[in-house]
Amino acid sequence: MTEATLAGAFTPQESAAIRGDFAILSRSVRDGKPLVYLDSGATSHKPYQVLDAEREFYEQHNSAVHRGAHQLAEEATDAYESARATVARFIGAQTREVVFTKNATEALNLVAYAFSNAAAAGAMDGVDATLAARFALGEGDEIVITEMEHHANLVPWQELARRTGATLRWIGVTDDGRLDLGDLATVITDRTKIVAFTHVSNVLGTINPVAAVVERARAVGALTVMDACQSVPHLAVDVVDLGVDFLAFSGHKMLGPMGIGVLWGRYELLAAMPPFLTGGSMIEVVRMEGSTYAAPPQRFEAGVPMAAQAVGLAAACDYLTALGMPRVSAHEHALTEALLAGLAQRPWVRVIGPTDGQDHSGAVAFVVEGVHPHDVGQILDDAGVAVRVGHHCAWPLHRRMHVTATTRATFAAYNTLAEVDVLLSALDRVPATFGVAI
Amino acid sequence: MDLYQELILEHSKRPHHAGLRDPFNAEVHHINPTCGDEITLRIQLSGEGRSAVIADLSYDALGCAISTASTSVLAEEVTGHSVEEALTTFAAMRTMLTSKGADEGDEDQIGDGVAFAGVSRYPARVKCALLGWTAFTDALARVGVDITATTAGNPIASDTTASTLAGKPLEIS
Repeated sequence: MTEATLAGAFTPQESAAIRGDFAILSRSVRDGKPLVYLDSGATSHKPYQVLDAEREFYEQHNSAVHRGAHQLAEEATDAYESARATVARFIGAQTREVVFTKNATEALNLVAYAFSNAAAAGAMDGVDATLAARFALGEGDEIVITEMEHHANLVPWQELARRTGATLRWIGVTDDGRLDLGDLATVITDRTKIVAFTHVSNVLGTINPVAAVVERARAVGALTVMDACQSVPHLAVDVVDLGVDFLAFSGHKMLGPMGIGVLWGRYELLAAMPPFLTGGSMIEVVRMEGSTYAAPPQRFEAGVPMAAQAVGLAAACDYLTALGMPRVSAHEHALTEALLAGLAQRPWVRVIGPTDGQDHSGAVAFVVEGVHPHDVGQILDDAGVAVRVGHHCAWPLHRRMHVTATTRATFAAYNTLAEVDVLLSALDRVPATFGVAI
Repeated sequence: MDLYQELILEHSKRPHHAGLRDPFNAEVHHINPTCGDEITLRIQLSGEGRSAVIADLSYDALGCAISTASTSVLAEEVTGHSVEEALTTFAAMRTMLTSKGADEGDEDQIGDGVAFAGVSRYPARVKCALLGWTAFTDALARVGVDITATTAGNPIASDTTASTLAGKPLEIS
């Protein structure tokens, strides 16, 4: 984060240029109010560079990837595989370690299913015994997650535990919305086979201490799976530096298209894993009696892949790279600090999670005492401000923080300080509307 | 904005017939899976079938202004009325709420429910307004009332199942 704090937020001129790339930001909502989009944590908007890349693919190169020998097929395959290389570079990975999936949820399920599919007869034939043992899961083994997970990195592990007889355990969350590191030594033990945790909380914006979790997991020989949906779009992420074994993120939250996600995994692990979805493209030899499977990443990409979306995602990576991830982080950090400062001046608002900018990414969840978050969101929406309300697919975290739901503002590179002010002004209408004393 | 009518705010601050009371013939627990709002609702009937009278409707709800107020109006509109009348009121309420602004509602039929006409222009909030009403029809079904004619085509009927599942904690350590 040193680079990020040294590099500054975008200047007004830079911001204006960035915003000019996003057509949707110039539209109005709710009877002519300018759109103030503070819901990028749910999905981000897409610059014309991404839309153009997809359009160009369809107009010039459209063909089924890895099939056929005609010129378009070659071009489409080349575009798809080049996109893989771009995405790999963006996260400091080797190209062959990047698997394209439908979304991050599918990527996490792909990993979870590797463990239960590994138990099938013959599934691990030919795999080194030590490596195969890492995917063997049964009674007495434990899967560790955290209490701040998005349901996408929670329910698949509950289900894996149910399928295998393994036990699910979790690292708790402190009152101020950080991982309870006191749990590390007691929850992650010799019985732990998997530690699945989020890099950044999608609700609280907490940036988790990855090194501490990874160190403990490695010490007990557990595999680490990271949900990076809220970090890859906002922070400079390098998979080698992080030291995790698997990492999942989605395209649509990082200025890319919907319908594409990424699973990164260490190659030797991917190579040991049995397939998840099966069918065309992922095979080596198919006979009526049985089949053998392609090497990763193709092994995990059954069916005609989403080539246009991959091309669009690569364009999003290029766009973010051109902005500079340290600048993106610094800019979003400035907005987060401004919002936290504004909320701190309003004693009738309670921020859920870290109330300062330390290790706090661009997500801020809050409640207005005495007013339901849905109603708060509705008043903001009436002012053109789009935020998310509810439990944000992190129900256990909300229960832990003793709230039913929250209102959440999330930032992207295209947001501005002026938009933070619009949010705060709109928020000031809430107490009077609902007759709450301030 | 036309969503938060004074009537809605009044009902949400002082919900009528709130609290859980005995005796009751049926109790249901419904959840809105998108926001985690919950309601526990009880009904006590006197009589049989659709001519039975709803002697009491009591509830404990956790929700937004829209869902709290709508449940309050529900309690007010159906208590002391026959099941037949209550289901007619429900149908009228649901028709208005799902009309996307086309149906202003008939005060003779749904009383203070007309204050919710504006909700129909906010599709994301229709589920909030129907939470209590859906729980109510589920409670009727559990005491043996045939609600299929009234709830056919109910756009949120499928959520009832999802809610029930969401309310069941998984047994994991």
